[in-house]
Amino acid sequence: MACNSATGCQSGCYKNEFEQDLKPATETISNSNEQNLCVKCKANEPTAGAGEDGKHCLDCFRSNLFGKFRLAVASNALITPADNVLVAFSGGPCSRVALQFVHELQQRAQKNFDASKDRSLPVFGVGVVFVDETAYYPVPSSEIDNAIQEIKLIVSNLSPPTKELHVIPIESIFCSNQCDRRERFKKLVDSVSDATGKEDLLLQLRMLSLQKFASENGFNRLLLGLCTSRIACHVITATVKGQGYSLPADIQYADARWEIPVVLPLRDCLAQELNMLCQLDCLKTVELLNQTHSGINGLVSSFVKILQEENPSRESTIMRTAGKLTPFHFNKIPELNDSSVPLASQRRQKRFNLKPNESISSESFCSLCYSPLNQSDLTSLSSHDNCKNSDIFVAACCSSCRFQIFPNDPSSMEKFYSLLPEPLVARAKHVRNGDSSLLREQIQDFLLSDSEDDA
Amino acid sequence: MEVAESKSKKAGGRLCSTCNQRKAALKRPKTLEQICRECFYEVFEEEIHQVIVGNQLFKAGERIAIGASGGKDSTVLAFVLSELNRRHNYGLDLFLLSIDEGISGYRDDSLQTVKRNEIQYGLPLKIVSYKDLYGWTMDEIVKVIGLKNNCTFCGVFRRQALDRGASLLKVDKIATGHNADDIAETVLLNILRGDIARLSRCTLITTGEDGPIPRCKPFKYTYEKEIMFTYAYFKRLDYFSTECIYSPNAYRGFAREFIKDLERLRPRAILDIIKSGENFRISTSTKMPEQGTCERCGYISSQKWCKACVLLEGLNRGLPKMGIVRSRGQNNERTKDMKQNKGTKNIESKQCGTLDF
Ligand SMILES: [Zn+2]
Ligand SMILES: [Zn+2]
Ligand SMILES: [Zn+2]
Ligand SMILES: [Zn+2]
Ligand SMILES: [Zn+2]
Repeated sequence: MACNSATGCQSGCYKNEFEQDLKPATETISNSNEQNLCVKCKANEPTAGAGEDGKHCLDCFRSNLFGKFRLAVASNALITPADNVLVAFSGGPCSRVALQFVHELQQRAQKNFDASKDRSLPVFGVGVVFVDETAYYPVPSSEIDNAIQEIKLIVSNLSPPTKELHVIPIESIFCSNQCDRRERFKKLVDSVSDATGKEDLLLQLRMLSLQKFASENGFNRLLLGLCTSRIACHVITATVKGQGYSLPADIQYADARWEIPVVLPLRDCLAQELNMLCQLDCLKTVELLNQTHSGINGLVSSFVKILQEENPSRESTIMRTAGKLTPFHFNKIPELNDSSVPLASQRRQKRFNLKPNESISSESFCSLCYSPLNQSDLTSLSSHDNCKNSDIFVAACCSSCRFQIFPNDPSSMEKFYSLLPEPLVARAKHVRNGDSSLLREQIQDFLLSDSEDDA
Repeated sequence: MEVAESKSKKAGGRLCSTCNQRKAALKRPKTLEQICRECFYEVFEEEIHQVIVGNQLFKAGERIAIGASGGKDSTVLAFVLSELNRRHNYGLDLFLLSIDEGISGYRDDSLQTVKRNEIQYGLPLKIVSYKDLYGWTMDEIVKVIGLKNNCTFCGVFRRQALDRGASLLKVDKIATGHNADDIAETVLLNILRGDIARLSRCTLITTGEDGPIPRCKPFKYTYEKEIMFTYAYFKRLDYFSTECIYSPNAYRGFAREFIKDLERLRPRAILDIIKSGENFRISTSTKMPEQGTCERCGYISSQKWCKACVLLEGLNRGLPKMGIVRSRGQNNERTKDMKQNKGTKNIESKQCGTLDF
């Protein structure tokens, strides 16, 4: 039907005419050429870069991503109407999308609330928190001020419903006054010589400051933008650090071992997809600090990156493999039996609950990273008889923390212990005095065998 | 000798951290301790002894075949096991078991090595050939199927050859030279491939206890570097470098390189990976499916016929592609990996398993 230039047609070509006549039909013609249309809706043209293989249109790509988010939220009761959700926003693309999706979910809930007659389901609340880590990554103050201004703008544009932005310095985990705590934070981090250990300690301190803030400000969920790609890296780093036992605790949709349950609704989205959505939808991100990983963490991210480039389903496969490991009893949102919670949301939650016998209960946690401990991690406790506080603290730590975070010689250990933030020390003590039956068993075993020897 | 001297120079005349008497001769790869040669041998062998005792790998009076390829791992294993058997009175009837795949020019050399080992360690050697086991030599197979698909045969036949040879010789157990690096690599590969069933088994020190002949890995916690550089060098053990000539791509893959990088950064990472593998919480329902036996040869198989029998049937009927097509279905992920990596690097270091067992 198109003109053949070899025949030398000039004005006599009726190509345009023909096409106009058949306007509705042109679509069917190019339709037969299936690759040119979105594989999902079969109506729009695919957008470059959207979806795993670039075969989706922007709408379908977006709704597919949002669908994954919503499914994760709904099937695991990550957010229910009575909740007050704190979204941790770093400025990067993953948490940017998390923030966007939470906002959209909240808007829908608001719409339903406004439209309903009985108004039985309230609209969940959303707060946003940004952790200022300049105590760790030195950045000129003008730069951080600009970044915070931009973040403020992003958050204020996401309304209604209004969301408050909170900026907290990472050193706020310490109880002392502002000036001292920054120094203490630096001293603590500097006392860790292993590069990987330093990074992992920072991660712990960040989580602790988020928990502290959420708890003191009436939030009951902490939402993180962790995506499949980051989780895949965590699977490998945890394996490499010998944390195979505790690994499943960190990679589920919900993690209620913390005072404020942590939820990961973007667990099934790839970093690549989230980046793409930010670009296509012009979601503003704030590239504040070029935080490249070093040590083991850096090695693993470049390894996973190569694997992913080679095979675009690799990150998902890694996460799915680790997903088959047995989660812990705390890897679900605790059931609401509270009568103050509306019946509808209680019912809703019941429907989706995890099978409880699938998870094994575990009661001992590492004093430092709070990962569940297995028997072999606890065996060294018996060797500490004249228990200094720091000794007990170390004894109840996982082997990974002991190796990469703690100083080797006992004298600097005392000092390291004295620098630890109060909430962390308090938590370790609480765990010890509380229901740490495993730990007690260990001590009892030791005492028994001792008295047997005497007899 | 030159290497050893330069090493002790680097150590700057420091004393051995274990005995505090002799000069340190090397930095022990596993712990980075400065250690003298004598102390190194002692701790190297003692650790293996502890692994053998602690895991009850052998019982007195057992007849143990050491899978001997002439490569470094199995050569060092043969040496250490015969030493420990004598020193600690294990009471084991040890011998070397070699497989002759029938690859002309190639096996000749490595079998010579194994034969020298036989004399050096006083261990009897039994050689079983592919011709005995399957009726075909590897050269004959390649003549029929060409070089393209031979690794399917390589892998399947080699995996079974040791077991078949062992049962021919009425063995109680096979000991193989798999080292800590191999096991760490397998843990990672099973995670990358999503193979949870294999992930649950790959760190076991003894496998196949329900089958006719269990296999064990006394080198489970032994670093490849310690086997290779130091031990084999200092003791001047005679070994032969084995790479499958029919598998030119069997160079180190991504996973192996990654492990070497990790080791440089943190030597204990290899042991940590194995520890993770041992501690993964895997529910019993996801463990390996029950395995039956091949109707034709009695070898363990989840299908009616084992893979070797399927491949042999194809070869004998002049349809050599038959078994390959079938094995692709069962081994999907692996085949996909191989296809995608054509011409580039593989994530796996050993496509068909090197000739080292
Ligand atoms: Zn579409
Ligand atoms: Zn820990
Ligand atoms: Zn010494
Ligand atoms: Zn091969
Ligand atoms: Zn068979």
